Formats: sequence, structure tokens, C-alpha cells
Amino acid sequence: MPLWLIVSATMDAVSSVKLPVRQIYVSSSLWKKNLAAAGPQKFTQEFIDKQVEEFEVGKRHLANMMEEDPETFTQEDIDRSIAYLFPSGLFEKRARPFMKHPEEIFPKQTAIQWDAKGRPFHFLFYTGKQSYYSLLHDVYEKILAIERHQDKMRNKGLFTSDTKQILLTGSRWLLKEEIEENLVENISDQDYMRLIQLMEKLLSMPYCSLEKEFILKFRKQLEVQSSKYEIPALQYDPQGVAFSVADGRRKTAKASITLRDSGSGNITINGRNYLHYFPVLQNRVQLMFPLLFVGMMGRFDIEGSVEGSGHSAQAGALRLAISRALLSFVSEGEVEKMRQAGLLTADPRIRERKKP
Amino acid sequence: MTSCKREKNKDIKKINGVSFRITKRATQKFRHLHIPSSGQQLEAVALETASAEPNPLSVFRTSEQDPTYHSEGHTGQYYMLPPAHIQKLFPYGLPPRFQLQIKTFNEGCVMVRPPALELISYLKRADYSKPPLRYVLHGDIGTGKTMSLCHVLHYCYTQGWLIVHIPDAHLWIKNCKELLPSSSRPSRFDQPIQASQWLKNFKITNERFLSKLKTTQRYVWTKRESTKKGQPLGELIDQGVNRMKSSSDVVGAVLRELRLQAGGTTEGEGAFKLTVAVDGVNALWGKTSLKKEDRTMCEPEELTLIHNLRKMMKNNWSGGAILTALSQTGSVFKPRSAYLPNELLGEEGFDSMEPFVPVSVSNYNEKEFESCYLYYLDRSWLQHPHSRSEEGKKELIFLCNKNPSILERLCAAL
Repeated sequence: MPLWLIVSATMDAVSSVKLPVRQIYVSSSLWKKNLAAAGPQKFTQEFIDKQVEEFEVGKRHLANMMEEDPETFTQEDIDRSIAYLFPSGLFEKRARPFMKHPEEIFPKQTAIQWDAKGRPFHFLFYTGKQSYYSLLHDVYEKILAIERHQDKMRNKGLFTSDTKQILLTGSRWLLKEEIEENLVENISDQDYMRLIQLMEKLLSMPYCSLEKEFILKFRKQLEVQSSKYEIPALQYDPQGVAFSVADGRRKTAKASITLRDSGSGNITINGRNYLHYFPVLQNRVQLMFPLLFVGMMGRFDIEGSVEGSGHSAQAGALRLAISRALLSFVSEGEVEKMRQAGLLTADPRIRERKKP
Repeated sequence: MTSCKREKNKDIKKINGVSFRITKRATQKFRHLHIPSSGQQLEAVALETASAEPNPLSVFRTSEQDPTYHSEGHTGQYYMLPPAHIQKLFPYGLPPRFQLQIKTFNEGCVMVRPPALELISYLKRADYSKPPLRYVLHGDIGTGKTMSLCHVLHYCYTQGWLIVHIPDAHLWIKNCKELLPSSSRPSRFDQPIQASQWLKNFKITNERFLSKLKTTQRYVWTKRESTKKGQPLGELIDQGVNRMKSSSDVVGAVLRELRLQAGGTTEGEGAFKLTVAVDGVNALWGKTSLKKEDRTMCEPEELTLIHNLRKMMKNNWSGGAILTALSQTGSVFKPRSAYLPNELLGEEGFDSMEPFVPVSVSNYNEKEFESCYLYYLDRSWLQHPHSRSEEGKKELIFLCNKNPSILERLCAAL
């Protein structure tokens, strides 16, 4: 009999007879909790405290294992030790084993924002993004303070527009993700743009140097990349001709090069002419590229030895070695250009392992 | 007066090369400034400059079309092969890429280079009553051995020599569709297609000698066919072309006849000089890639054509020269790095060829490269605007390392 008939029957005779209820078989997915609807996992403060304790104890154990002083065991030492004890060949660095402070692992969570009676602590709680709006509030307060300071200076007659400006070169505004991390709140793109516009307005005022520290909190310094490369030393042979030696690698191929000045563009690889060693045009183009880029085509004599892998990888290894050797003959600006052209980056691609 | 001035300028151009081009232009302009008032002289000057206009760009060309007069002053310059000569002399003799180039550019231009000039000078000074000298052109791959050989052959042709030209001996030891056991000798093998092809080419090249030369003995081909003594050579060749079965033997007979009559030792009328030009001579002493019916490898000795050619290579005749060039490109079972004579010829070949005069062919030098580059520019072969700049030229030099064939292939892709 269909279900609804049974139901109606039970409704009629509910008081008198207890009719058997038919089991409806449904899939077990209905009984499981809807995990996505719950939101990100919440950790209690006690839980995090316990994790921090365990981390500290673990750090001391690790220092003991590595026979180093537990008191002066830094995060770098921890990373080094973990890499030594658990070597991993995985390409993705984030998939390798690590041991970090719980602050960095567990996402920052806001504490409860209201008291026992349900009354919120912060006056902007009901905006939904209380930290963001309070930040905007603070910035506007500072703008007003600077305007007041300006008026005071004008009244005194000491107003000058050429005050100390904040140096902004070599730094950038924090990204939206970084600001979200600081505020422990999600903000939208428009909110982020609004914040940046407000900061720019603050910067446009003449006396903004009063709030220098505050502004620099929102700027991130960029490192100068090209200073990372070590330039091979320029050596001189008995005739007074300058030469430099450099290495390069690509896949499994290893190359070593001697670049001599005042030559005529001869290239010898493993004792053979490069025309015989690399019959394929593409490989010769790879060899040519660093010299062409720097514009010193007929100037050098190159003597190289290379081994391992195939012809393309050997050409790539030689190219890297030539670029590195050229660093000692070239000016600073050129080094930056070469880095941007990708000549100095070692190609990280390696053969993947066989999977079933 | 103006005409002899023009010739003098041309001569100066030939000797000095590039730098004079600028000064010539300067002198032209200078002449314009000093135009006298009379109209007649104005006209004469205008005529001269108008006719001299096409020349400034073609510094890499020379108008000397006869290889006999090519000298050191012409090195690096291109001379044009007359189309009639190309048809007659080189029906299949030129390298295939060069034939394509002739088709594209509508003209066949060959560069005058030191190895060819050296060979021509030796040929001019040789004594032809003695046994022939063997010249071997050797060098790295793609440096221009075959082209130098063709240049020297053109010289021989203009001098009126009889030319026996085997464009590539490697074609006779590989990829043979029909390998017949020889009709005359039991242990040998014939290659009818290759033999008849070669006889046809020989006929085209040496048309004028065929009626003059006569056979010295009677040749029997089959029970019914034979060639009597005293028949013109043309008949012998027709016999070979028509009857494919015996064409290899005909080749042997022709070569024998030429050997006997080369110095003009027999009948006085047919005094001619014979040149035997073989490209890829290392094929004669290497291994073949042909198999006999019982699936064993064929030795080059067992092929009639090769056997007869080897006889030609010996210097037991007189009145001619043997020009050869080694080649790795078509060779079988030889590594690509081998380019020296003893590597390519092998022990046996080296011993048979010895003594020989080696002529080394190398990559282009600066001037020759410049000349080739200008020639391609002139023919609008280098289309990309970057190739016209200095950096483009440097790139080309780097990528091909001044090797002629690689430069040609490089430019073809541009």
C-alpha cells in the first residue's frame, strides 16, 4: 500500500490502534551532518594554548636530539633539523613535513565579541566588519588631527609646504590578503580600495610625516632581487687577458665554462667545435642568447665542458653558465635586465617519477 | 674616353673589393658638382653615371665567366654559370640544393674560392704526357667540396676536355632496386638503371666527342649483338642505353676506350684530355648496403660499375686528370664526425689512392661570408628587416659559424 494511505489511516485511528509504521529507506547521506554549512573549524583558546605548550616541549626535545642548546634553538634551526630528520623528495614545498609555532599554523580567530548578557564590546560591532571600520575611523581621526595641526601652524605663521616627506620607493601597499590577515576579517575589493584611497589622502597632506610610523605599518618593503646573485670573480691569466669561470645546471646536465675576453667568438665544447657538438639549430640559438642580449657577440672565446642528460638540457646548462660568467663583465643595470629576461634563473623542472 | 674610364673603374673594383664602392660613389658625386656649362659634356657624364649605376651594389659579383681567367683577385666573388653550360655539363651533376637555388634565383652563381683556384692552377701547369695526377678535395661537412669540384669541371669543359663525371658514387652502392647477376662474369652484379642513367648523362655532356672516337676492339654483348672494331663511341653508348641488361658492361667498355685513347696515343685525330671527376670517392672502397639473394652483404668489388671505376682511378693511363671529392653525407656506415681522408677512405682506399694531391676545403672566411651575405641580400633572399642590420649579420655568423651549407639552410628558413 502507498505511504500516504498508511499515514492517513494512522491519523484516523491514532487514539485507538497503534498501526505499524513502515520504514522508509533513504541513503545515509541524509543522516550525515552537512559539513560545509558549519563553516571553518573553530578552535578554543585552551586548545591553542595546549598546542603552544606541546610545541615548546617538542622544540626542546628536538634540540636535545640534535645535540644543540635548547635555550638558543631558533625557528631556522628547527627547519634545518626537520629537513635532516625527515628528508622529502616532494616538489611542492608546502607538502613537506614542517614544525612551526601554532600561531602560524592555526588561523587567527577572534575572541567572543560580546559579554555574558549578549551586549557587544565594540561600538561598531553591528557594521559586521568592526575592525575594518574602526581602522577607517582611526585613519580619518589622524587626517583631522593633521588638519588641526596645519591650522595651528598657519595661525602662528609657520606654515611651510616643503616638510619632510615619507620615502615610499622600494615599498608597496599591503595586499588585500595581508590586510585581511591583520584584521582577522574578510573585506571586499571595494573596501580595500576605499582604505587605500584614504591612506593616499593622508599621504597627500603636507604634514603627514607626523604619522610616519602608522603609515609604514601598511607598507611592505621590497627587496632588491639582483643583489642576491653572486658574481664570479674576474681572473687574469699570464698574458693579461681577463677570464671568468662559471657553472650551470639543467635537468641532470652539468656544465662548466671559461669565458675569455678579447677573443673572436670561437666556442669549443668538450674539445669539439660547437657547430659539430650541436647540429640542431635550437641549441645554438640557446648558446647565442646571453651574448646577443648583452651585445657582446664577437668579443669572447668560450671553452666549455658539459656532461649528462640530453642535448637540449646540455644547451640549457651551458646557457646558464655563460650568463653567470658574463655577470663579471657587465654593469649593475645590465645584471638586473638579465635577471628580468630570465637568463640567471635556474630552470627547476626535473623529470617526474613513474606512478602506477 | 668615357668608355675606357669605365673599364678602369671596373678593374679597380675587382681588386679592392668593398671599400672602393664608397669612393666610387664619392667620385661620381664629385663629378656632378664640377659639371661644365656645355650641354654635350653634361650628357656624356649623365650617360656614364646611368650605366655605372647598377654596378655599385654588385661588388661580390664578377663578370668574368670563364674559369680560365679566374685568379686570386676574384676570390669571394660570384660568377655566373652560363645556362647553356649548366644544361650540357651538369644534367645531374650539381648538388640538389644548388639546383633548387638556381631555379629560385633564375641564375646559377658559383663563388670563386681558393681550393678551386688552386686546383685550376695545378691543372694548368700539369704535364699531360705523364700519368694523371689524383686530386682529392677533403674537408669538413658542408664546406663546399662538391661546389669546388663543379667549378673545376666547368673550367675543364671550357677548355674542351672530355668529362667523365660521377656526381655521387654513393648512389651506386645503396638503394639499388635491381641488382642483376652480371651477364659477362659470374661473380659480379650489374646495376642496369644506374648505368643507363649515367650513360645518358655522359652522352649529353660529351656530345661532340662521340662521333670522333672509335672503338679499338670488338665487344660481344650477347650471342646476337656485338659492336665491331672501329665503330664510333656514340654507337656503343646507344647500345648501352637501349639494352639495359648489358649497360654496366658498356660502361666498363666506354671507360676502357677512354683510358686507351686519352693521351692521343692511338689515332692522331682524337687527341683529347680526359678528366675523371668522382664525388664521394670514398664509396668505392667502403661497404655497400646492398644484399645479394642469399642475404649476405655485397662487397663493392662485386659490383661491375664500382670495379670499372676503380680501374679508372689507377694511374696507368696518361693524358688527363683525376679529380675526386670525399663525402660523408651520402656515405653508409661512417660516423658523422669522420672527415679526414684516411677515416673516410679506409685503409684499402687510402692505399689505392696514394699518391694523391690533397686539397683542403674549409669554411668561409670573413670576406667570403660577406660576399655570400651580400649575394643573398641582392637576390632578396633575406626577407626579414633585422637580417639587414649589423646585429642580424652577427647572429647569422654565430649560428652557422661561417659554414656554407649551414648558412644556406639557415637562410632558407628565415
